[in-house]
Amino acid sequence: MNIEQIVKEVIKEMEVEARSETKKRSNNKTREFVYSAEKRVTVDSPVNQDSIELAQSQTPARIGIGHSGTRMKTKNYLDFRIDHAAAQDAVMKDVSTSVLKEMKLPNLSSKASSMEEYLMNLDVGRSLDENSVEWLKENGVKGKQVQIIISDGLSSTGIEETVPDLLPALIQGLEGKGITIGVPVFIRKSRVWIQDEVARLVDCDLVVSLIGERPGLATSKSISAYLIYRPNENSVEADRTVFSNIHSGGVPPIEAGAYLSDVIEEMLNYQASGVKYSQMK
Amino acid sequence: MNFSCSLRNDVYQFDSVKDVLAKASEEKSGDTMSGIGANSSLERMAAKYVLSEIHLKDIYENPVIPYDTDEITRLIYDDMSQPIYNEISSWTVGELREYILSHTTTGSDLKRLSRGLTSEMISGVAKLMSSIDLVLASQKMKHQAHCNTTIGEPGRLAFRCQPNHPIDNPSGILASMKEGLSYGSGDAVIGINPNNEAVESVREILSMSHEFIQKWGIPTQNCVLAHITTQMKALEKGSPVDLMFQSLAGTQLANEDFGVSKEILDEGYILMKAKGTSTGPNFFYFETGQGSEVSLDAHLGVDMQTLEARTYGYARHWNPFMVNNVSGFIGPETLYDGKQMIRCDLEDLFMGKLHNLPMGIAPTYTNHMNSDQNDQEIAGMLTTVAGANFYMGVPGGDDVMLSYQDTSFHDDASLREMLGLRPLRDFEKWLEEMGIMENGRLTKAAGDLSIFD
Repeated sequence: MNIEQIVKEVIKEMEVEARSETKKRSNNKTREFVYSAEKRVTVDSPVNQDSIELAQSQTPARIGIGHSGTRMKTKNYLDFRIDHAAAQDAVMKDVSTSVLKEMKLPNLSSKASSMEEYLMNLDVGRSLDENSVEWLKENGVKGKQVQIIISDGLSSTGIEETVPDLLPALIQGLEGKGITIGVPVFIRKSRVWIQDEVARLVDCDLVVSLIGERPGLATSKSISAYLIYRPNENSVEADRTVFSNIHSGGVPPIEAGAYLSDVIEEMLNYQASGVKYSQMK
Repeated sequence: MNFSCSLRNDVYQFDSVKDVLAKASEEKSGDTMSGIGANSSLERMAAKYVLSEIHLKDIYENPVIPYDTDEITRLIYDDMSQPIYNEISSWTVGELREYILSHTTTGSDLKRLSRGLTSEMISGVAKLMSSIDLVLASQKMKHQAHCNTTIGEPGRLAFRCQPNHPIDNPSGILASMKEGLSYGSGDAVIGINPNNEAVESVREILSMSHEFIQKWGIPTQNCVLAHITTQMKALEKGSPVDLMFQSLAGTQLANEDFGVSKEILDEGYILMKAKGTSTGPNFFYFETGQGSEVSLDAHLGVDMQTLEARTYGYARHWNPFMVNNVSGFIGPETLYDGKQMIRCDLEDLFMGKLHNLPMGIAPTYTNHMNSDQNDQEIAGMLTTVAGANFYMGVPGGDDVMLSYQDTSFHDDASLREMLGLRPLRDFEKWLEEMGIMENGRLTKAAGDLSIFD
């Protein structure tokens, strides 16, 4: 037999085997797999298993996971890749309108017309579309001390999961201090700097944006608060104060609302935010 | 200064050195968004060709941002060596590339050359270099610095242990710190990004990390990566600060956004000399990365890579212990995917080294860009081959405070063992005493944080 014949024979045999494999499988029951992501110690023969368990309870970080050679064990590696896949998918989601209705938030928009445009062009997320400008001019309550903005940013999940607790706590905190507030608004596909435009339109002293952070692997529901006192053309990034990691696994939303209202009170007194505010403190 | 280039069947026009530099850059989404990148592949090549033919003098005489309006430009020009520049001012950028790559050009030749180059020249030459060019050139340059430990010795690779916690819980930070050390990560620095910038909170983390280092006799340095003015306040109040951190950018405008200036950095440096807890003489840890000026709308029409080079030209004034490049931290609007991120890491390592800086790299990706763990590991391996001084070390590669992915403790150990690299000298001895490392490899006892019980 020459080589060509041998190859043909082998391929033929393989095809027959493959067919019988398929047949065998189709006769069998489906094998079910259920993925679970529970945290556990996977260090081989540790000095003290209990203290690693305790350490794992003190941080969401991936610790106490052991190794094979210098690499991660298979399940831990796949956990990481699964969390990354989930975070990538989460970025593309929109905030559900029912959540906005529940919170009675007017639904404004930036100039971004698609997620792709929003991600790739910073400018479109930094200014309001025409309808939203008109709406604010007509319906925004002007001349109040504080304006609150809810921005989806990079995590719609953050808005859905965290803002329903945070917003009432913040409003309650401010009202308790006798601080006046304009109508809180939601702005779809918006970035932090859109707060400067809003502040100008409603003529408030201080504007605070509650904005969805880019999703991490440990959580996709984290939001940040960005505050600035009287933004103008000369404002710089260092004039903004940021509080990040507000979510149930970080700074709890209700606690954050109370804390933010204290900070806002101080900023209004100092008439400053950002580094200027930190230095006056 | 205008340029025109006939290439194939077209004529391409460039209206300044700045324009040539921008269009000669490899494709990056941030430059595209700023409207300054090349409009076609051939236009990019026309710009590269023009760049290869212009003289260093042309670049010297046309800084991308004027001397009078930008303190970064001023510092770059004031700090350089005029005699060395005069020797090479008639070279073309193409000749500069060949000089760098030549067998007869040594690391110490490049160390001298560096003093006669502006950052724009360094950026320019990198635009004429391929991946292998950048790796080979980077291998020639290895720069040392000393804080409590010496970083950058040949054959050694260091890591920052980055035990961040979403709300700065001290025991949570400590847990990740122990985990990292048990994998041999932490010889560059134990550096914590605080979630809370309040001085008292920063002071608590400084004391906690310092006490742990003292208790276990770890040859390293501590750092809390708050704003420099916050760290200075903590230092004035008597907190132990071994290494002072600050993020930097490549335009004065962007640095104003960061709340930092030459004046503040000078003050910080003087304060570290007087009150810092480390030996020195290198007291600063700087972080940089392509794209920050674009995010802050402070790029002034200059491409991201050139701005990154200028950041190094600025940073070198303070003789830092570490300069860490975090290109990839921002998102797809500046670096679209893994390919762009890997290219940046190679460019930045080379450009930092040609500025005589002790460079490290943080190959990173965020969850909203088109990149994954495979890209990150490729960037890590390539830049290790190219001789980076250090990387970050994050538990499982997942920073639970900053929400991005960086090199893991596992990757750190892997990069060392893959290329036979050792931890920093004193730290390696400490690892051996702790039973974590033997003959440059992790032992079976490694990766167990309960050895610190």
